[in-house]
Amino acid sequence: MMMTHPMTLFRFWRFPIFAIVLAMAAIGAQKAEAVEGTVTGGRVDPLPIAISPFISGGGAEESGGTIGEVITNNLGRSGYFAPLDPASFIEQIADFGQQPRFADWRQIQAKALVTGQVSAEGGKIRVAFRLWDVNTQQQLAAQQFTTIPKNARRIGHIISDIIYKSLTGIDGYFDTRIVFVAEEGPKSRRVKKLSIMDQDGYNIRALTDGRDLVLTPRFSPTTNEITYMSFGSDTPRVYLMNIDTRQREIVGEFPNMSFSPRFSPDGQRVIMSLQDGGNANIYELDLRSRHLRQLTNVPAINTAPSYSPDGSRVAFESDRGGTQQIYVMNVDGSNQNRISFGNGRYSTPVWSPDGRYIAFTKQGGGKFAIGVMAPDGSGERILTEGYHNEGPTWAPNSRVLMFFRDTQGESGGPQLWSVDITGYNEQRVPIQGFASDPAWSPKLN
Amino acid sequence: MKSSVSFKFAAALCCVLALAACSKKSTPNLEAGTGPGASQYAPGSAEEFTSEVGDRVFFAEDQSVLSPEAQETLRRQAQWLQQYPEVMVQVEGHADERGTREYNIALSARRATATREFLIAQGITASRISSIAYGKERPAALCDAEQCWSQNRRAVTVITGGARTS
Repeated sequence: MMMTHPMTLFRFWRFPIFAIVLAMAAIGAQKAEAVEGTVTGGRVDPLPIAISPFISGGGAEESGGTIGEVITNNLGRSGYFAPLDPASFIEQIADFGQQPRFADWRQIQAKALVTGQVSAEGGKIRVAFRLWDVNTQQQLAAQQFTTIPKNARRIGHIISDIIYKSLTGIDGYFDTRIVFVAEEGPKSRRVKKLSIMDQDGYNIRALTDGRDLVLTPRFSPTTNEITYMSFGSDTPRVYLMNIDTRQREIVGEFPNMSFSPRFSPDGQRVIMSLQDGGNANIYELDLRSRHLRQLTNVPAINTAPSYSPDGSRVAFESDRGGTQQIYVMNVDGSNQNRISFGNGRYSTPVWSPDGRYIAFTKQGGGKFAIGVMAPDGSGERILTEGYHNEGPTWAPNSRVLMFFRDTQGESGGPQLWSVDITGYNEQRVPIQGFASDPAWSPKLN
Repeated sequence: MKSSVSFKFAAALCCVLALAACSKKSTPNLEAGTGPGASQYAPGSAEEFTSEVGDRVFFAEDQSVLSPEAQETLRRQAQWLQQYPEVMVQVEGHADERGTREYNIALSARRATATREFLIAQGITASRISSIAYGKERPAALCDAEQCWSQNRRAVTVITGGARTS
């Protein structure tokens, strides 16, 4: 975090930084597909990009290697880029200040080129990079950072975001984290620990010790806190935890179980379900005034609330009509209208950060799918389907979803996966062991 | 209904020594055959409740309605609980793995509530019965077929205090 490890960001030299979009037909088509909401033909030809090894010396070699790896991995996994094999590079960049020999890069089909340099300076590292359009020979972006070596991966993510944004015109999502539930032990007695990691599966840290069953963590959009459900010694309840201090507190004193918590977009309120006998209804608690407001009052299961990004509406699931379906209401509880009408049960609605989609889990025909629809219920598209896919969460740029995929049987268990909004580029998050209930952080910084 | 011999025997030894608790374990087995309907478990014990009364009821998919069979089990539970008024229980609601996490939490709460309310209607004091909803987090049967999932859609009455030691 910038807060804990001060990092100076300043622009490099006097070159103007162009944030122009390369007129890459493939990328342009990709964007148009998303706008039109069709999945067929959404597959993109990834842009060949050369990431030249960062020039480094004087003890900064490891950082240089790490940053190059992080960038290569991020861009490759996004599905929009095809990092070229360094073994194919003709020019070995030796002087960061010199113009690359563009003909050499054109010859290996690179469309974009990343060059960089890392030097050690009194316990810190100075990292500089440049992004080049190989065809026009223009510099598209350049930036320099000074930080401690421990932040090398973070710098790699920040540079990845700049490259991604420069070339696609879309905000990046690499400098982000995932909070999730790490699972271990036999299926009948799973030990579950709240855990946090970088978006690419690195820097995993456990936030709880596994003694209490913990479920469904979510990030605060404004503070370094998460909200989640925990089974303590008595009634299962909604908690808040400060990620840095691990300090926990119960959210509200309610007579029965509280569950399914999420923060409001301004971080001031938590919306959740309170159980009352056989029914669960949705309530919003103001964290400062402690004022509790009831939003649904229906003898049914009303849960999995999700605010629209402007905070004016709430999507949720309810079985008031017989089976789980998705509804949208105003944030004062008025106008509760069903929006899902396909075949099957719809649940776990999550509003996209750009407000254009609601992602969901859909159950039917013995399968569990992840899909998206417009907030009025139109334009439903299934992104992935199989034995069990559940619980989508959006990257902050509204282009990528993460979810968990479970496998059958005694030795089966969940793993985290991501998929592009087009339905292409399914990727398993490369971590050891079982994991579930992912929630994507906002952009860090 | 149960062997009063083994009851007195267990009651006499109860709470004396851990060693005694171990050694008496084989004795009721010898007595088990001495009378019709004799139990191999100490009357009022959690083991007797689980094995002879039946500690769980099962539900249809996405349902919390108590079947006639489930109601029969709960009537036996209520009878037994009236016989041992010092026993406290917690009804655990569970769901199978073929549902989403939060809905299953609420669905299992609904099953626990239906079970608890049935026991209360049979005359068991409400304060003796707490409930908890585990959703799909604690499956009893581990496999990947309906035959197995049906065993996980359950409400289990767990003795939390007041039972006699077997």
